[in-house]
Amino acid sequence: MEFSELIRTGQAQAELLRGPEAPPLRGTLCVTGHHLLLSPGPQATPDLWLLLLRSVDSIEKRVAGDCGTITLRCKDLRVLQLDIEGVEATLNIARSIEALSSLESVITSFPFFYRPKGLRLGDAWHFHPPERYYKRVAREVLLRSSQPLIGPQKRRCAEDEALLRAVLAGSRPGARGFIVDTRSAQTAKQARMTGGGTEAKAAYPGWKRLHRPLERGRPLQESFVHLVEACGDLEQSMDHWLSRLAGCRWLAHVKEALSTACLAAQGMEREGACILVHGAEGTDSTLVVTSLAQLILDPSSRTMAGFQELVEREWIQAGHPFQLRCAHSAFSHARPKHEAPTFLLFLDCVWQLGRQFPLSLEFGEGMLLALFDHAYASPFGTFLCNSEQERCLCEVRTRTHSLWSGLNQLKEQRKLRNPLYVPNPLALWPSVEPQSLRLWQGLFLRWTRPPEPSEAAWEKVWQIVTDQEKTEGSQPTVSASELQL
Amino acid sequence: MEHIRTTKVEQVKLLDRFSSSNKALTGTLYLTATHLLFIDFHQKETWILHHHIASVEKLALTTSGCPLVIQCKNFRTVHFIVPRERDCHDIYNSLLQLSKQAKYEDLYAFSYNPKQNDSERLRGWQLIDLAEEYQRMGVPNSNWQLSDANRDYKICETYPKELYVPRIASKPIIVGSSKFRSKGRFPVLSYYHQSKEAAICRCSQPLSGFSARCLEDEHLLQAISKANPANHYMYVVDTRPRLNAMANRAAGKGYENEDNYSNIRFQFVGIENIHVMRSSLQRLLEVSGSRGLSVGDLYSGLQSSGWLRHVQAVLGAAVVLAKAVTTESASVLVHCSDGWDRTSQVCSLGSLLLDPYYRTVRGFMVLIEKDWISFGHKFSERCGHLDGDPKEVSPVFTQFLECVWHLTEQFPQAFEFNEAFLLQIHEHIHSCQFGNFIGNCQKEREELKLKEKTYSLWPFLLEDRVKYLNPLYQPQAQEFAVLEPNTVSFNFKFWRNMYHQFDRTLHPRQSVFNIIANMNEQNKQLENDIKDLESQIKQCKNKQADGVLTKELLNSVRPESPTLKTSLCFKEQTLLPGNDALRTIDSSNPADNRYSEYAEEFSKPDPAVVSLEYGVARMTC
Repeated sequence: MEFSELIRTGQAQAELLRGPEAPPLRGTLCVTGHHLLLSPGPQATPDLWLLLLRSVDSIEKRVAGDCGTITLRCKDLRVLQLDIEGVEATLNIARSIEALSSLESVITSFPFFYRPKGLRLGDAWHFHPPERYYKRVAREVLLRSSQPLIGPQKRRCAEDEALLRAVLAGSRPGARGFIVDTRSAQTAKQARMTGGGTEAKAAYPGWKRLHRPLERGRPLQESFVHLVEACGDLEQSMDHWLSRLAGCRWLAHVKEALSTACLAAQGMEREGACILVHGAEGTDSTLVVTSLAQLILDPSSRTMAGFQELVEREWIQAGHPFQLRCAHSAFSHARPKHEAPTFLLFLDCVWQLGRQFPLSLEFGEGMLLALFDHAYASPFGTFLCNSEQERCLCEVRTRTHSLWSGLNQLKEQRKLRNPLYVPNPLALWPSVEPQSLRLWQGLFLRWTRPPEPSEAAWEKVWQIVTDQEKTEGSQPTVSASELQL
Repeated sequence: MEHIRTTKVEQVKLLDRFSSSNKALTGTLYLTATHLLFIDFHQKETWILHHHIASVEKLALTTSGCPLVIQCKNFRTVHFIVPRERDCHDIYNSLLQLSKQAKYEDLYAFSYNPKQNDSERLRGWQLIDLAEEYQRMGVPNSNWQLSDANRDYKICETYPKELYVPRIASKPIIVGSSKFRSKGRFPVLSYYHQSKEAAICRCSQPLSGFSARCLEDEHLLQAISKANPANHYMYVVDTRPRLNAMANRAAGKGYENEDNYSNIRFQFVGIENIHVMRSSLQRLLEVSGSRGLSVGDLYSGLQSSGWLRHVQAVLGAAVVLAKAVTTESASVLVHCSDGWDRTSQVCSLGSLLLDPYYRTVRGFMVLIEKDWISFGHKFSERCGHLDGDPKEVSPVFTQFLECVWHLTEQFPQAFEFNEAFLLQIHEHIHSCQFGNFIGNCQKEREELKLKEKTYSLWPFLLEDRVKYLNPLYQPQAQEFAVLEPNTVSFNFKFWRNMYHQFDRTLHPRQSVFNIIANMNEQNKQLENDIKDLESQIKQCKNKQADGVLTKELLNSVRPESPTLKTSLCFKEQTLLPGNDALRTIDSSNPADNRYSEYAEEFSKPDPAVVSLEYGVARMTC
């Protein structure tokens, strides 16, 4: 397919407004197959403004007189306004953006064309073989799966039962097992009608089932949409804001996800039990729980490399359907079908953990923001497709660049790292009381509040830390030439 | 002490109100003349000053003993279980007596002795000198002068003696105006902005009723206007809601009629009164203190309490002041009803936005001395120091500290002091350990001879200055000269570190602040070392004609390698002296957190059948 068919008007004169904090930008607007470009006039700064079309979540057009206005709401929650000369041009450009931003085909997406300097194809795609988190000393294991297919006939499966028996047998003598079902007992039971269900007590001796219902799917997406709506309103009264914050229930979902992960982690660490986590498919809330539990218990998953490996293993390779879940972010008018901010929920929980243990994660808020942005729209191939199988078919690993190699470039490090990191060998038990959880302003209010004071403060922290390293490492400055005096 | 019948009770349990599984510490409870002390079996001490106790409650007897719940003014809540009801009853009665004193002379400050001699004590009181402060602002000058009209508190009992007024305002005008203002609190200077030549003035409401006028008052306002050469009009900001101000007219009070005063621009800013604030905070604490709180409960409680809305209104009013001064070079006159609550909040916050000096440790002390203590904020009544009218108690000053905290959150580099400083000041407005906040106005303080009989808090805070410093402070940064806070709703948050100060488990387990502060301190130290060493080397080079440095010399000047970074992080550190707020705890405990009611299931034994099969499973292995 040719992108040019979808581009009716290649370019137009336009002015771009990027929110109250940034100055407007004037120049020539240009639509290409994957990008929206704004090139300022020759006398202005040579900087090109570039937007990946894939990151457009919703588009709104308005015409008045002989100009038009396009409002772009992006998947990273940014809102952009383009004032364009010419009604025809406005409508054409809007139509092109609409068509190009929602192309279904994976292999014509931008990651298959993106060839940045300094990166080689195939780099950083290979991590250690997938392996659940395994505590080598204590021999407790954390497992994940999907629901058993019990069905209305209450079927059993000898192999499945044997497998879980073997898990306990392989653990320390006397170990017990807990199955954390991320659905309510009611829902799990109902799943039998459609062929699913949950483990029967009698069939899995030594294992005990706990139900911890976590929100997923459409309700989670709606919670996200409502929160973002509330965050976009600068004029609202305090009462309105607080009631919307309570009403959207986002922080309640964060609390539930974190406490379930803590429960699983506590089972391993304190009770010496083996833990199996599953919901229905084992590709959404299950992953939130297993990945967070590892972060809580395992210091190695809190390093820069360890965290990337965790995301790669517990999310990408575990088959979280990124393409379906992140097809739209919070602004789309379409009724959500498969969209759900499960991955964002995980990132938010990690952020809360980082706030409560500000020295114990090697990566900073910047890393979490980058992962959110790239999961929804990215020039890299890492979050493409819905499963390993699909990625193989599309040859993602050989034909696109890995996000990890992009992030691990030296110039990115300052944004992504936590300057105060000190390895902490202990488990991190966060407080999940509502007073201890905070709205992640850095994400939800990223584009609506002036970032200067907090960014400047962060810069100062970096400076203090680097000074510290400098002075610590410095010897009295006697250079060789001085000695020869 | 006639109030103390039981001085020591053993086997008392202390419950943590937020931990799971009713984890309790067992220990011994001691009752002293000034404190309630609990020493648990780890020998950890919890000291509670009697003056900090807001309420004591004896709950119904349980099987384990008699519960005693103590709520403190610094937002500590303790829940003891006393084994014998008789002991519990004695302690309860003693605390009721000890926490409410009838006379000032029975307050802790009059018996507190930090082992200083008289001259040291006097020097402490002289540390903050308001005359010096007005000089720093640039008054007296050609437009403003010191008035002796209130020399013997003749005109206004609740004002200080030293008052600054426009040079052209004669004594008869001042006297006339004071008779037309509630409690005689006529318009005087609160802050003078030197470069804009604009003033922030304060007063109480005029006794205007529906139509009364006072020429002297009109003249005084005009004089304030004229004292500002940069602008011919001035703002009059009534900090009350319009409706309240209107209601006051019926009682012969009210607000300025724009028609009677030349060149004033009058406006209301709608801050609620002390009664609304009291019940608002009460409601907030009820919500945030309840066990098993859901996220929804917390936010709807925050909303229904209205507390953050009030904080937003106070800060919003301060922004109005700062804007008038900076963008229009206009002077502003601020009042509420009596001019000692909302007026103190708004004037002090306005000055804080305008003048970086007030954002330093010492400057903040000066600000409190000036706009709160000297201008007669009724600390003793508002904090309930003595057994008095509970309707006079209100968290006006706490609310002011919270506004300052919100500013420190929005401008992390603009303040020399940190949160611990604000918390410590809050601790002491209620402690009655120092004389500064005792009494309701300067006249009363003089009569109590506080400067002879008690100590000032400020030198003790300055002694611990390092603890209260913000490592990110940028004193020279131009962008922080005047603060322009954004008062959009989502910038206001629940101040957990104040209202849950003592609920250890709710706080972050590591403190970035301590780490950065330590690093910063060490950087400075090391830089000095380097400089020292470099100069030593230079000296050596000059001395040694042949210019060869021996190896020994080089070794001797090498600084000790600091191994602070890692060792520091796994140590518990206390920010506040004498209490256990805001600590750094690296190792957290899952039992401190109620992750779920299911957590208890972990500890339940499995049914017998299961464990049998389980045993089989293990044997097959």
